[in-house]
Amino acid sequence: MALVASVCAAGWYYWPATPRPWTQSEVAVLQSLSLASLGPVPADPSNAVADDPRAAEFGHALFFDARLSANGGISCATCHQPIRRFSDGLPKGQAIGTSKRNTPSIVGTAYSPWLYWDGRRDSQWAQALSPLEDAKEHGSNRQQLVTLVVNDPGYRTRYRQLFDELPDLDDRQSVNRAFANIGKALAAYERLLVPGRSRFDDYVAALAAGDFAPQAEIFSADEIVGLQLFIGAANCTQCHNGPLLTNNEFHNTGVISFPGELPDKGRVVGVREVLANEFNCRGAYSDDATQSCAELDFVRSGQELTGAFRTPSLRNLENTAPFMHQGQIETLSEVLEHYNRAPLAMIGHNEAKPLKLRRSDLRQLEAFLLTLAAPIDADARWLQAPVSPLPAERDQH
Amino acid sequence: MKRFALVLLLLCAAALGDDADWVSRNGLFVVRYKAEIEPLTINTLHAWRLHLENAAGEAVPGASIQVSGGMPLHNHGLPTEPRITTELGGGDYRLDGLRFHMAGPWEITLSITAGSSTDTVVIALIL
Repeated sequence: MALVASVCAAGWYYWPATPRPWTQSEVAVLQSLSLASLGPVPADPSNAVADDPRAAEFGHALFFDARLSANGGISCATCHQPIRRFSDGLPKGQAIGTSKRNTPSIVGTAYSPWLYWDGRRDSQWAQALSPLEDAKEHGSNRQQLVTLVVNDPGYRTRYRQLFDELPDLDDRQSVNRAFANIGKALAAYERLLVPGRSRFDDYVAALAAGDFAPQAEIFSADEIVGLQLFIGAANCTQCHNGPLLTNNEFHNTGVISFPGELPDKGRVVGVREVLANEFNCRGAYSDDATQSCAELDFVRSGQELTGAFRTPSLRNLENTAPFMHQGQIETLSEVLEHYNRAPLAMIGHNEAKPLKLRRSDLRQLEAFLLTLAAPIDADARWLQAPVSPLPAERDQH
Repeated sequence: MKRFALVLLLLCAAALGDDADWVSRNGLFVVRYKAEIEPLTINTLHAWRLHLENAAGEAVPGASIQVSGGMPLHNHGLPTEPRITTELGGGDYRLDGLRFHMAGPWEITLSITAGSSTDTVVIALIL
């Protein structure tokens, strides 16, 4: 009798569920998660060259240039590798030293009001500046970087085309402004890196069109059940919502530190940093003449944000392991196990509650998550180092 | 049971929509709101236009309104710190800086002081 009960229990735990028909409201939720719902890259009024193709070319060259470092060996692409969706496959970034946190992908970050795991910057260009001067990352400084731009014939030409006057290297304000402009060119390039259409988006399109035969060809039964769990019992869309599968907000999900490391305070510190940052939306180097910095004006601070980190996008997870803010969790199945248990947080409180899903549920959920894989929707030339340096003009000397 | 009652209350309240009268706990004030985005969606920073009346149906200008809120079922607050930015006249106020970052039941709590009267309105909505 006990043996029969054990076999039945094991069967229940491991036997995969089968798909049920979608309801109309579920289809509406799925459409809200589809790339078809993603609008164009939002304007960045703080960056006057954000959408200038010449700035994107300049930023592209800078992004792959290892001269932008103290030892001449570290470029942005050292950690943000195109082949790994602009992340590095390591728990923590390795440049001149070891970074404090996991290297996040930069694909689609133009849509986020906050950058970094703790949101300590409020624009792509302000973010791009920070690693350049971080002793553990590029280890350089603004004087050195601006001097490089002034002395490189191609950079100097492009800088003058975009920003008119070359900086005065003896004037601190002028160097600061040129440093900000380097970030703005890098951001113009990064804005081009947006996620491409995945098998999930194809499935939703077929579902919304009522094309039943294509649906069955696009998704397996396990993937459909996984998607039903994703928007249902697994509670994933509480934070992973919208077409980029992130609400770009900050949550404590009880991810513990590596042994021997103090808990990371996360957003509670990040919010103080972004408000104090000289390159934020309100700063002297922002191009937003209206100073309409609504995100900063209404930003939340306080202890509730202790141990909270920005929700990452789930698009193309397979190239962004290991996961979490310090790369503490190696595989996707372990991430799902983490949320299934929802352990107590080391600091603050874990917002997530134990899911208590079955083994087969977690496997199907993982099967769905892998359908979000897709190439980056950018011309191939942006996904590698420039093939030639920027052209120099003689009259710029 | 308490959780069920809360959900029921929120569902009933939200079903009233944003053109409903929201009466304060002690009946001193009535609030109506109109979101500036239609439909009201998650992850969008936006403002509401509030209209404040007293129990006699008269517009209340010059009130002090403190804003808080969150998702009671998730035990967390709002992702932003919204506040009244402008008094628009005729008992109308602009409540700016709202964003809802999850689908589900939310509450916006308005602590209102006008003259010697103080009362609290809880607006329930479902995203």
